[in-house]
Amino acid sequence: MKKKSLWLAISLMLIAAFVFTACQPAPATEAPKEGETVSEEAAPAEEEQAAPAEEGGLQIPEIEDGKFNVAFVMLSTHDDGGWSQAQYDGMNYLQENVDGVHTAYVESVAEGADSEQVFRALSRKGFDLIFGGSFGYMDSMEVVAEEFPDIGYIHISGYKSNTTNFGNMFGEMEVMKYMAGMIAGSRAKADGETIIGGMATFPIPEEFRLFNAYALGIQKTCPECTLDIRWINTWHDPIIEREAADSLFDAGAHVVMTGADTPASALAAADREGVYGITYDWSGSCTVPECLTAPYWNWGPVFTEITEEVMAGTYEYGWQYFDASTGGVGLYGFMEGQEMQPGVASLPEEDLQLVKDTMAAALAGEFNRFDVFAGPIIDNQGNVVVPEGERMTQGDIDQFAPPLGEATYGMYWWNQNITAELPDL
Amino acid sequence: MDWLIILASGVATGTVLLYATVGEIFSERSGVLNLGVEGMMLLGAMSAYKATAATNDPWIGLLVAMLAAGLVSQVHAFIAITLQADQVISGLALNFLATGISLVFGEGLTSLRDVVPQLPKLTLPLLDRIPVLGRIFFTNQSIMVYIGYLFVPLAWYYINRTRPGMHLRAVGEYPAAADTLGIRVYFLRYMYVFVGGLLAGLAGATISLSISPGWFGSLTTSGQGWIAIGLVIFAQWNPVQAAFGAFTFGALRRLVLDIQGPSTILGLANPFFYNTYYGFFLKMLPYAFTVIFLVIGSREANRKRIGTPAALGLPYIRGQRGL
Repeated sequence: MKKKSLWLAISLMLIAAFVFTACQPAPATEAPKEGETVSEEAAPAEEEQAAPAEEGGLQIPEIEDGKFNVAFVMLSTHDDGGWSQAQYDGMNYLQENVDGVHTAYVESVAEGADSEQVFRALSRKGFDLIFGGSFGYMDSMEVVAEEFPDIGYIHISGYKSNTTNFGNMFGEMEVMKYMAGMIAGSRAKADGETIIGGMATFPIPEEFRLFNAYALGIQKTCPECTLDIRWINTWHDPIIEREAADSLFDAGAHVVMTGADTPASALAAADREGVYGITYDWSGSCTVPECLTAPYWNWGPVFTEITEEVMAGTYEYGWQYFDASTGGVGLYGFMEGQEMQPGVASLPEEDLQLVKDTMAAALAGEFNRFDVFAGPIIDNQGNVVVPEGERMTQGDIDQFAPPLGEATYGMYWWNQNITAELPDL
Repeated sequence: MDWLIILASGVATGTVLLYATVGEIFSERSGVLNLGVEGMMLLGAMSAYKATAATNDPWIGLLVAMLAAGLVSQVHAFIAITLQADQVISGLALNFLATGISLVFGEGLTSLRDVVPQLPKLTLPLLDRIPVLGRIFFTNQSIMVYIGYLFVPLAWYYINRTRPGMHLRAVGEYPAAADTLGIRVYFLRYMYVFVGGLLAGLAGATISLSISPGWFGSLTTSGQGWIAIGLVIFAQWNPVQAAFGAFTFGALRRLVLDIQGPSTILGLANPFFYNTYYGFFLKMLPYAFTVIFLVIGSREANRKRIGTPAALGLPYIRGQRGL
């Protein structure tokens, strides 16, 4: 009999333990709490809300009646210092700049099947527009969008759309990475170094596009420089990102740029002498003096424009790819009101002028991704990828190889100054 | 690719595994299997970071981490020792419990990434001049690495050569006999589960304050607690072998990245050359070793040979059975 009561006690403790854990990880907060937000802008007013529903261990936020409710689903946490934080800032911008909008977010949502539950739960709650912030949400969003035809779904990155209520959206980051490459090349040349590093996440067209743009930029300011690559197979793992940055610096890299979420490249540089990092995604990620710059996403105006168009019923769901001239992407230190980092301000004047001129042209709409990927481009096997006088098209930039769409060249190549080999696909 | 750098980095990341593994060795040597190492490490990493952010003193963070993980380990001790419940289930529950607590209290810590002070790194004079070994073991390593060097022989000596160590082994091998000799079986088991918790907390604090500074939610420990549990078997419950295994597995983590670089290794074509997929294979190796040792250890005769404590995982019930 004694045994029975013991088991009862244990079971109760186990249940308590599970309940305790189930309630917490990655809670969905709706508006940011005052005083603890890292965002520069004033935090939106706090909203009272009923007990949130739960789905797969995540809390699903409530809607507000009478408002246009917009939800954001994020891969990592809202204060990750990179990709998700940029979206979080964009969400706050939207909340402040559009009347009658209520925003909420769910963070730390794993890609794949888990995310489908989250998108469905948000849809059932009655959100009017849902942004999905990671490549791996694509298929989940496609499925859920079929089930809720009255709700809008916008997927950031990726390549699918149903043209009625599920659209795809991304922007011209490659132009910013191209200029970041110019800065990295110039820094290396000024210091008499020739190796530059890059931390690549997954072998998908987006990563090839961004690192090839970076390599083309390096080639502009430092023709003898080479780019070394480390594959890390993750978007967000601060520990692996840090180790990969260390691995590149130990292999002789003078500047390391990350393709992943956190500022690990700059933080690793800060622990060493005379080397530099380039961060990514979030304008606030370039904090240490060893950080040269950060190509970043400025989602606020983009989210605002899309939301306003959806509210007005004029948004066309499809494959939206915004240009640098929209202000949706930026390069830290070169946009209005920003100071250049110390490692950039001391670069040769002609290189800085080149970056400034390219930026001015990009913002004026006179220089875009097709100018970055304009011939002659030679790959690291010596083959001509794009001949002189030719340009890539959107189809080339989006995918590895024809014949999936309108493409001639595709993105399955490494520029001539990259020392890495092409991974098997 | 510089082998010395890989090994030096392996010593640094391996130190985390080392503390967690030796902690688990203490716990298992007393007969209590604690599968909650991962959770306790996470709790240690979070509380160390939080306390350091509040006080600006990483040493206080270290102490808080050890106490926090030590205290939460007593939940498992109570269930496994007093309530005599299944240690596997209780350990897994502890893991969820500690992970949950860490994530709740870790809210907002991620954004502090470059303000929280870290534990110091040092190069030992004279010792760093030893060829090869000086570069691997004594150059620009965290102070926790050096503490680890001292700690391993002390732990071995304590377990194998002292009277309290003998009591510890007796309680794990044959608690009934120990009990008849007046050794306090329950008390010692509680105590060594606590020691295991302290060391798991220390391992967590070593991550967040030194080896990979910062708080990144459950990615901070990223499964190292599970590797530590496997390492205990690999190390045959011996702290010295644990150090060897921990440093090897630590080096493997870094090797996964560095091996992508050179096109040839020792004159042979390098199959890992910029290959994004083979890295997964290398990352899997610690677990593969664990499986191999579990297979070896599954035979009774082998269990004795690799040194499994005879009463491991079995609750001691005074007067009810022999073991």
